[in-house]
Amino acid sequence: MDIFSITLVSSLVILLVFLATTDKGRRGLQLALRSLWLHKLRSFLSMLGIIIGTSAVIILMAFGEGSERDVLEDIKRLGTTNIIIRSVKPTDDANTNRRQMVATYGLTYQDLEILKTIPSITRLVPMRIFPQETRRGARAHNSRVVATVPRYAEVNELTLLDGRFIVEEDDERMNNVCVLGLETAKTLFPFEEALGSSVKLGEFVYVVVGLLAERMPTGGTGGSQAAEDFNQDIYIPLQTARGRFGERITMRAAGSRSAEKVEMHQITVTIEDVDKVRPTGEIVRAILSDPERHPRQDWALTVPLDRLELVERTKANIRQSLGIYASISLLVGGIGIMNVMLATVTERTREVGIRRALGARRSDITFQFLIETMVQTGIGGLLGVGFGVSYVFAHAALKALPMAAMLFQDGSPSPILHLPSITWSLSTAVGVGVIFGIYPALRAAYMDPIEALRHV
Amino acid sequence: MPEVLRIENLHKRYSVESTAVHALKGVNLVVHQGDFVALMGPSGSGKSTLLNVLGCLDRPTEGSYHLGGEDVSKMTDDQLSSIRSRYLGFIFQQYNLLPQYTVVENIEIPLIYQGVRLNADSRDRCIGLAELVGLGQRLDHRPMQLSGGQQQRVAIARSLVNRPQLILADEPTGNLDTKTSHEIMVMLSRLNASGKTIVMVTHENDIASWSRRIVRMRDGEVESDLPNTPEPIDFSGPPLPMHLLEEAA
Repeated sequence: MDIFSITLVSSLVILLVFLATTDKGRRGLQLALRSLWLHKLRSFLSMLGIIIGTSAVIILMAFGEGSERDVLEDIKRLGTTNIIIRSVKPTDDANTNRRQMVATYGLTYQDLEILKTIPSITRLVPMRIFPQETRRGARAHNSRVVATVPRYAEVNELTLLDGRFIVEEDDERMNNVCVLGLETAKTLFPFEEALGSSVKLGEFVYVVVGLLAERMPTGGTGGSQAAEDFNQDIYIPLQTARGRFGERITMRAAGSRSAEKVEMHQITVTIEDVDKVRPTGEIVRAILSDPERHPRQDWALTVPLDRLELVERTKANIRQSLGIYASISLLVGGIGIMNVMLATVTERTREVGIRRALGARRSDITFQFLIETMVQTGIGGLLGVGFGVSYVFAHAALKALPMAAMLFQDGSPSPILHLPSITWSLSTAVGVGVIFGIYPALRAAYMDPIEALRHV
Repeated sequence: MPEVLRIENLHKRYSVESTAVHALKGVNLVVHQGDFVALMGPSGSGKSTLLNVLGCLDRPTEGSYHLGGEDVSKMTDDQLSSIRSRYLGFIFQQYNLLPQYTVVENIEIPLIYQGVRLNADSRDRCIGLAELVGLGQRLDHRPMQLSGGQQQRVAIARSLVNRPQLILADEPTGNLDTKTSHEIMVMLSRLNASGKTIVMVTHENDIASWSRRIVRMRDGEVESDLPNTPEPIDFSGPPLPMHLLEEAA
């Protein structure tokens, strides 16, 4: 908690203690509640602005928290000490004369060897990724072939359901072994035991040595980082892929054919220390930017840590704009309450006169009306918090309703209650009561008691 | 008898829509403890202005006003509030009870502004005063549920709760019928007989005849100040509970 909210909350607590323990405070509170109860509808309507304001703050903050958590989990899945380099099909291929039957681009084995010389890099996981049909008897599955090295399992923290992942020996000997993602296994082996069976991939047959547990897909965030669904994967050793498929991969999809020659689709680089991630990223970028090595921009670099910073910045932006929305709605709410209080003061002019005649000081009158506004905004704030919090908890249920699909996008974040927002909005609501209550209260206090007594 | 209030050469000027009004032109008045003064005069004679000054709701432009030995003519607003809550009891023509409060709560109000801590004792005292004015059965009623006479009796009880040195009554029977007026006047006379000092504004001779002294005003000046002998009243019935009316010794 920051100093601002501590101040707000402690002044709120002091106020409450004062109201609850002193005679004057209790009287004022009782009187305020009673006169609000006397005009239930009016009080509710004037509170509405505050109710909407506070509940909006709570709900928006909860959504902010939810989307932040989603992004953070995404980044965590990618790994904060990792740098991801991908091969990207250059844009000029599609519309220049240099159009070829076989698209050649991307990272090379040479790149990999150079990267290995950077001392701060502790781990390099190269990958080739291409779609290919996997067959098991009559059953076929459009899988994503991931040809990689054993360390892939460490980088991605894979959980095995059964069997083992690819080992060094598989890679060295170009063994025809594979590990299946959950969906791939389900499609190809709906009834049989998958482990130890064989599947056909391209021209060759591979023995299933391991099965992966379900993996959360990463969200696509545009740029080079597309969404990935790991459950459709089939993993084979990198050298096996090189030997069996060659560098040139032909893909058939819906009657059309395309071929590409890509040595390596992705290299995930792990850096020894979080502090060295960014400098190492710059070095890698410098190496790959060498025009002799890559004349065209056929690679892309993703540093998940950068996205973490982006999240922090976005969060600050969200907070700021929320602050503005909240201030506007609370301002409007406050003006509404001031309006009603001014009417109330006029209506109760005679009461003010009577109280003054019976010995009330100006400060007593000010206090009385100020407490009333504060109680009003405080109750409004509580109702707003109640509504906001219940919405946050009811969100999942609402989302499940049949018509809800029209309102909620698929994959939109679920709200998570942001506790400090409760105290902020509540104390701000009471603060609004003080600010907008002072003028009507002073107006009541500075009436001429004689005039006030004559008021009908 | 000691003096309760002393007014010397009191002037009050104010302007209404840029017309200067000289409402009081050098009023002198001394009221002793136990007095029952009826303040009479046609409208515009300055009697209401004088009552406002006496009630510390208004400050004189000129002259001095001593209440219970203190010069209140130069006091600040807060000091006047304090004087009102300690020395004065008000009875109005319009009763002026607070509609959202019960009988007992209405009687309590002056105590709140005295800074007295409300407790079982003060509550008992308020109930005692409600019984004194004959409303012991209606403690939890709201003003709207009471007749005019009953409301005025609550107002009388309220004016007694702070054991005031002076009770100011502004046309206390102005809204009441003859029979109820009579009841109210009997009550005020009994309070006076038990030692309470009362200054009452009225324009009815019948009502003024209950007092012991009649001050007539005209054009902002005291026209006459004459003693009056009220009709003897039948004081039968239980004696007033003095502990509710006087400071504990």
